[in-house]
Amino acid sequence: MHQIEQEVRQFVIENFVFESDNRGFSNDDSFFDTGLLDSMGVLTLVEFVKEKYGISIEDDELLPENWDSVNRIAAFVQARRTQAMADQGSLAEIAQNLS
Amino acid sequence: MCGIAGFLNFDGRPADPSLLERMIRTLNYRGPDGTGMYISGCVGLAHNRLSIIDIAGGKQPMSARQESLWITFNGEIFNFLELREELIKKGHEFSTRSDTEVILHLYREYGSDCVQHMNGQWAFAIWDARNRKLFLSRDRVGVRPLFYTTAGHSFIFGSELKAVLAHTAVDRKLNMQAIGQVFTYWFAPAPGTPFQGIHELPPGHCMMVEEGQVNVHRYWQLDFSPSEMARIDSPGEQEKYESEFCDLLLDATRIRLRADVPVGAYLSGGLDSSVTTALAQRFVGSKLCTFSVAFEDPTLDESSYQQEVVRSLDTEHQTIRCSADDIGEVFPAVIWHSERPILRTAPAPLFLLSRLVRESGFKVVLTGEGADEFLGGYDIYKEAKIRAFWAAQADSVRRPLLLKRLYPYLNGLQKQSPAYLQAFFHATPNDVKNPFFSHVPRWELTARSAVFFTASIRQELQQRALYADIEQLLPDGFAKWGTFSRAQYLESAFLLPAYLLSSQGDRVAMAHSVEGRYPFLDYRIVQFAASLPPQLKMKVLNEKYLLKKVFGDLVPPSVRNRPKQPYRAPDAISFFDPTTGKARHPYVDDLLSSDCLRTHGMFDPNPVQKLVAKAKAGRASSFLDNAALVGILSTQLLAHQFITHFEEKIQHAPDRAGSTAVCN
Repeated sequence: MHQIEQEVRQFVIENFVFESDNRGFSNDDSFFDTGLLDSMGVLTLVEFVKEKYGISIEDDELLPENWDSVNRIAAFVQARRTQAMADQGSLAEIAQNLS
Repeated sequence: MCGIAGFLNFDGRPADPSLLERMIRTLNYRGPDGTGMYISGCVGLAHNRLSIIDIAGGKQPMSARQESLWITFNGEIFNFLELREELIKKGHEFSTRSDTEVILHLYREYGSDCVQHMNGQWAFAIWDARNRKLFLSRDRVGVRPLFYTTAGHSFIFGSELKAVLAHTAVDRKLNMQAIGQVFTYWFAPAPGTPFQGIHELPPGHCMMVEEGQVNVHRYWQLDFSPSEMARIDSPGEQEKYESEFCDLLLDATRIRLRADVPVGAYLSGGLDSSVTTALAQRFVGSKLCTFSVAFEDPTLDESSYQQEVVRSLDTEHQTIRCSADDIGEVFPAVIWHSERPILRTAPAPLFLLSRLVRESGFKVVLTGEGADEFLGGYDIYKEAKIRAFWAAQADSVRRPLLLKRLYPYLNGLQKQSPAYLQAFFHATPNDVKNPFFSHVPRWELTARSAVFFTASIRQELQQRALYADIEQLLPDGFAKWGTFSRAQYLESAFLLPAYLLSSQGDRVAMAHSVEGRYPFLDYRIVQFAASLPPQLKMKVLNEKYLLKKVFGDLVPPSVRNRPKQPYRAPDAISFFDPTTGKARHPYVDDLLSSDCLRTHGMFDPNPVQKLVAKAKAGRASSFLDNAALVGILSTQLLAHQFITHFEEKIQHAPDRAGSTAVCN
């Protein structure tokens, strides 16, 4: 989780935060409230997450609740990973039962 | 169309001819057909001529009434024939066929009220020798430019800032307040200019300079109050509007074809210029020559629509195809002409287009500018309408669908989920009450570019109250107008003259001695549009409804029914090539280097370098990245050309072919 947070933060800072001093930018800052991202920015961020973490994202997951801060994105990615592991785990279990 | 300059020494010093020549020389491209100067005692008037009407008799400065009135005039008075007739009936005698002489006689007849009779696009100065006063005026909507200042006991004026800056008494210092305004509003409203102490005469204003005093007064006000009251209660009423509009646009186009040289037309591939071209073609009676911009980038290119119009109207057509590289190459020249920071490169292709027009032997073109402002074409009007609907109907399920209809050409929005569209376009009933409701999203987003200014400039800019500088320029009753009228006013009274008609209009056309004429900006149409019920401008979300209804049949159905696409040009990519990761032209690296940024002291090198790295990597994709990059580079070019290298630039102004005539 911490690593994801770091990586997403790094990406956001590189691409959207121009202030020389990044310390003022918190992982809880809302991208909307701070005006950090416009519509292209959101798409750029989604593309980054898809590619970096190898997850597919459905339209109904493109909600500000999932994407509006570094911490929200990290939590979303983490949840998706856990889910994927659980799915894989169940598959493995099923495979075992079948054999 | 021409360039004018001059000065009046308050302390009685005789006017220095070499100083006057130094000023007018900076504007050679505005009038390559001849230069004239009038010097008498403490006053000097100068003129560069682009001869269009009465080629032989229209030389300037021109005098009337035993030489007691002298004029230097840039522009056209389209109703000059009718005015001339009226004045002859009143006993005035004319010695030329020019519109210039008509202004002199109008001034004799009506004094400073003369402008109320004029239908046209103008900036002029009249020296009234008998009464020792200088009268200056600018047209109602701001087609033609006029700048002035007082310095060293002189009143100094010119068509462009460079003519004023060339006067040796004038200090050349950048005005960070005006530059900051561009980085929020996309324009700096008149009377402010990017240079300290130099003013722009606002559209619809006159000024009188006498006894050392400068008095500016408004003679015309754009007013949407009639539109607020207008209702359509019966089908007959709509028909009346349709028939009035039909007559007006026909006449506005007809009188804009008055010239002793051939008139061409710009074709964008959209509705407005297609309509003006179709109307002009009918009046001209022969094949009209048309000109277009095409782009290599297919998402910006409209040439297939342009070709359809050309086929349908059977015009003689030429196209200039612009690459990102071409735009980067001419950008410094574009800033030399626009004389202000710009956030988009869109003027650059029009600079290239006017060169093509000129090389093809044309001096005059009709364009479709103004229809979007006055007849209701802009997306920002639609966006405001949707947001206002949203605020009123918080639970409507139609909202996301409406929003997708808003910007069909913007991929970034088309790919958004409904939840994100809601987040971006959300508005509350309280937001709607804000007088700037329509423009707040644009201004808030653009103002984020302040992060690139140095800390001290940021602090200086933050001292002004939010939007107070625009608020103080608004007409009485503005706050009571509806959302649509308010949005229209903000676009028409500010962005139109301060960006579209200047940086993207007069300046880039006159750079190659080409005069633009705008049928939709005939003041009768402007006033008519400001009295139309809003639903005839935008019916639900159908933009320019009345224009389509009345004139839509003149253009091919595919052009009439296409989704509106604003004219856009490649921005960041014009300066940096993402395939090589390098700047396309050396000046880009030079002016955006940390050293050069520090030299001019306006921008903080750290964030700018970050933005440059992003552009080099091809990651500058957002509106803000592009606007900031073009804005910073254009501001640096402004400082480089007008502050540190001005002498060099004006010394190298090309000579004109015509001769200089001095009248004393």
